[in-house]
Amino acid sequence: MRMPTPDAKIISKRSIIVERLQQIVPRGAFGENVIIDSAGLSAYECDGLSAYRQLPLVVVLPETTEQVSKILKYCNETGVKVVARGAGTSLSGGALPLADAVMLGLGKFNQILNIDYANRAVVTQSGVTNLSISEAVSAADFYYAPDPSSQIVCSIGGNVAENSGGVHCLKYGLTTNNLLGLEIVLMNGDIIKLGGKHLDSEGYDLLGIMTGSEGLLGVITEVTLRILKKPETARAMLIGFDDAALAGDCVAAIIGSGIIPSGMEMMDKLAIKATEEFVHAGYPSNIETLLIVELDGPLDEVTDLIARVQNIVNGLGSGYIRVSESETEREKFWAGRKAAFPAIGRITPDYYCVDGTIPRARLPEVLMRISKMSQKYKLRVANVFHAGDGNLHPLIMYDANKLGELERAEEFGTEILILCVEVGGVLTGEHGVGVEKRDLMEKVFTEEDLKQQQRLKCAFDPNGLLNPGKVFPTLHRCAELGRVHIHHGQTPFPDIPRF
Amino acid sequence: MNKSLIPHTKKEVLDIIRATINDKASIEIIGAGSKRGWGRPYQTSELLDLSKLSTVTLYEPQELVMTADAGTRMEDVRQILAENHQHLAFEPPDLSLLYGGSKNTGTLGGTVAANLSGPRRIQSGAARDYCLGFVAISGRGEEFKSGGRVVKNVTGFDLSKLLSGSFGTLAAMVSVTIKVLPSPEKTRTALVFGLDDKMGIQALSETLQGPFEVNAAAHLPAGIAKNSSIARINTQGQSVTAVRLQGPAISVEKRCQGVKALWQCYEGFEELHSHNSDGLWSEIRDIGSLLNNQSNQIWRISVPPSEGADLVAKIRSDIQCKTFFDWGGGLIWLATDGKLEGVGTIIRSALRLAGGHATLLRGSSELRLTSDVFQPQEPALYRLTKSVKDNFDPGRVLNPGRMYEGI
Repeated sequence: MRMPTPDAKIISKRSIIVERLQQIVPRGAFGENVIIDSAGLSAYECDGLSAYRQLPLVVVLPETTEQVSKILKYCNETGVKVVARGAGTSLSGGALPLADAVMLGLGKFNQILNIDYANRAVVTQSGVTNLSISEAVSAADFYYAPDPSSQIVCSIGGNVAENSGGVHCLKYGLTTNNLLGLEIVLMNGDIIKLGGKHLDSEGYDLLGIMTGSEGLLGVITEVTLRILKKPETARAMLIGFDDAALAGDCVAAIIGSGIIPSGMEMMDKLAIKATEEFVHAGYPSNIETLLIVELDGPLDEVTDLIARVQNIVNGLGSGYIRVSESETEREKFWAGRKAAFPAIGRITPDYYCVDGTIPRARLPEVLMRISKMSQKYKLRVANVFHAGDGNLHPLIMYDANKLGELERAEEFGTEILILCVEVGGVLTGEHGVGVEKRDLMEKVFTEEDLKQQQRLKCAFDPNGLLNPGKVFPTLHRCAELGRVHIHHGQTPFPDIPRF
Repeated sequence: MNKSLIPHTKKEVLDIIRATINDKASIEIIGAGSKRGWGRPYQTSELLDLSKLSTVTLYEPQELVMTADAGTRMEDVRQILAENHQHLAFEPPDLSLLYGGSKNTGTLGGTVAANLSGPRRIQSGAARDYCLGFVAISGRGEEFKSGGRVVKNVTGFDLSKLLSGSFGTLAAMVSVTIKVLPSPEKTRTALVFGLDDKMGIQALSETLQGPFEVNAAAHLPAGIAKNSSIARINTQGQSVTAVRLQGPAISVEKRCQGVKALWQCYEGFEELHSHNSDGLWSEIRDIGSLLNNQSNQIWRISVPPSEGADLVAKIRSDIQCKTFFDWGGGLIWLATDGKLEGVGTIIRSALRLAGGHATLLRGSSELRLTSDVFQPQEPALYRLTKSVKDNFDPGRVLNPGRMYEGI
């Protein structure tokens, strides 16, 4: 992975930059807000994609939106790059520092500002964790629906930047579908409010475009979210199959019958075994594939839907169904799935979590081909999927201490992602492009597709200073992207037939 | 009158836009032309009519996905989906009545370009939430695509959101991929009569905060309710406050009982079953018949729901108007025959405190030229909007000036 060459001129001006940042963000009650010592900086050297590390030039921890505005304006005017960071849980290197960039941490934006049940909305600063929002409204039986696995620590601003999902987005949508408003700061220091407690943005849907923009367009300082009433009942089912293809058919049949479960997860034999040994969730040991199907809503509806799913499953000849009879049991069913990644971590020195999406119907075929690849690369793979929306998370097991295994694991992952694209899917369902998948973007998009996306970045950040080196394999200057090519004084498109 | 160009292929759309760029001319993009009255009046030399790009190229019911050309008629989309007990959950309205067209004339591209949504917006979102991907020609004369055919996708910027609601000012979409969903099995509407605006919205708010999974919530003052074609609604001579419950039969029945218990404190609880229920919500969705369709100005105002009643009271102290509420009070439809100018200023100054935005959906071309059709933007937001336009359509070739002057 090649990152843009650090600008030596910027690095040589480090002390001037630090001094200016210290003026903008003075020492706070809990110590320095500008971190310059290498021990302090090393805490920021990577995010959740820990294979890539880099010490930032300097870390600044602003406390107000005005400070963020001043920092960005200063960096914009002096040509200094900026990488924003929430909790640093990105799995694609979205918050990977650059040697010549200021890292702007939003950890001090940690206040929930307003809870408004009448409008079913929460206004919060962007550094607040995902889970603490649900906790803050839990007493009134409300919650915030998107629930990424990292929800205990990940920040809501990071969720917006990555358009995070979770196990319940099949029914309740991704971050983008649960977001009402944002306060953002552009590189030029402009503070812009988008949306609010009302629905739909006025003008262009910049709220929508900020969501999933991976920190390339603006810095998010405040977020307004839609909260939902907790469902009256939720029950989970464990369904076992001897054949992965049958499990795939089951997923298709449930959706095809008009049922949208609140979650529908799939695990293969290796994942089942590893999690069972780790958390003892009570998963059966003698099956090939396990489905966890959760249905929520009013009690009678859930009862009715469980009966329908049971019918579908019986028709397919599954030998194993268990329905949760209590909230404790439901949580136990999920405990296994939620611990799947660390469980795999126990049986292998290292693992590489792949994230791609495919059309649901291609699931059995894709599983079979992943299994063949596993033989080819001589690396074990455990499969954990958000089956309901076709989002795959194959976990490739390797040992970084063995020469060439990391590279082989990465090649294996790349081949899986290319397969996802080949069957009509995409490179990433919820972890983002970041640096991890940057160089695969050309497998999905044409040069013109990518240029048009970069032109959007130019609209927000014409100097290309915000999180450069992420998402796009080739960096173009905005002046070049904006140019209309005219040769020898001809019209831009000289050979166009008249319609 | 501008010259009408009717392409049959994507390549022809590309050629037309490139030729327009060569000529330093401009183009108005239409599907069926059913919403041409929405936006600022603007002059273009040519009219790009996409109605012949009308093929559904992919429909996989089990995958809940459809890809269709931008000019595909909404009527065709609805019919194909209905055959498989599926629908568009964002409930796009048919606004043709508002603009003097015949019923059911809109296209899929127009629906996305205007980011339409109906009463179910509060639960299920708008067109932007269902547009999974597209292929389009930019104002630079380049073909580009974004998104895909799967729901969970964060591969690159989500340009589908940007084009939703951009009214053809950034690119001409030639093909759109949308998420579709199973149609609800059963529908029931719970009603109470005679509440004033404030109490009506309060009742809706309490219900939306309950465990009833209400997916539509509207309040019709007496003067609006009398225009309904549903006998139970139009004969009461009173306001109507309504919520819709949908899902499996047993669940709908139980939840309706729950709403009934909650609404014990109000008088005259009633239920509408499938046919009448669908009729009422279609009227609320399509708005034209409820507003009696005579008014020369129709405004669409989006506010935080709890502000709806006060905002209307404030506006009423300055303007004579008819109003009704959807989205639990968060969407206000306002019709007035009053003085031509100044209505927008009054609405928008009332909005300054409440938060939200107002759009002039129908008005004479003179009014739409002198009054801001879309909510005026703060300088920083306008600069950003202009910068986005510059990067998609630097020569102001596509629908120039339809949303904002210079954009």
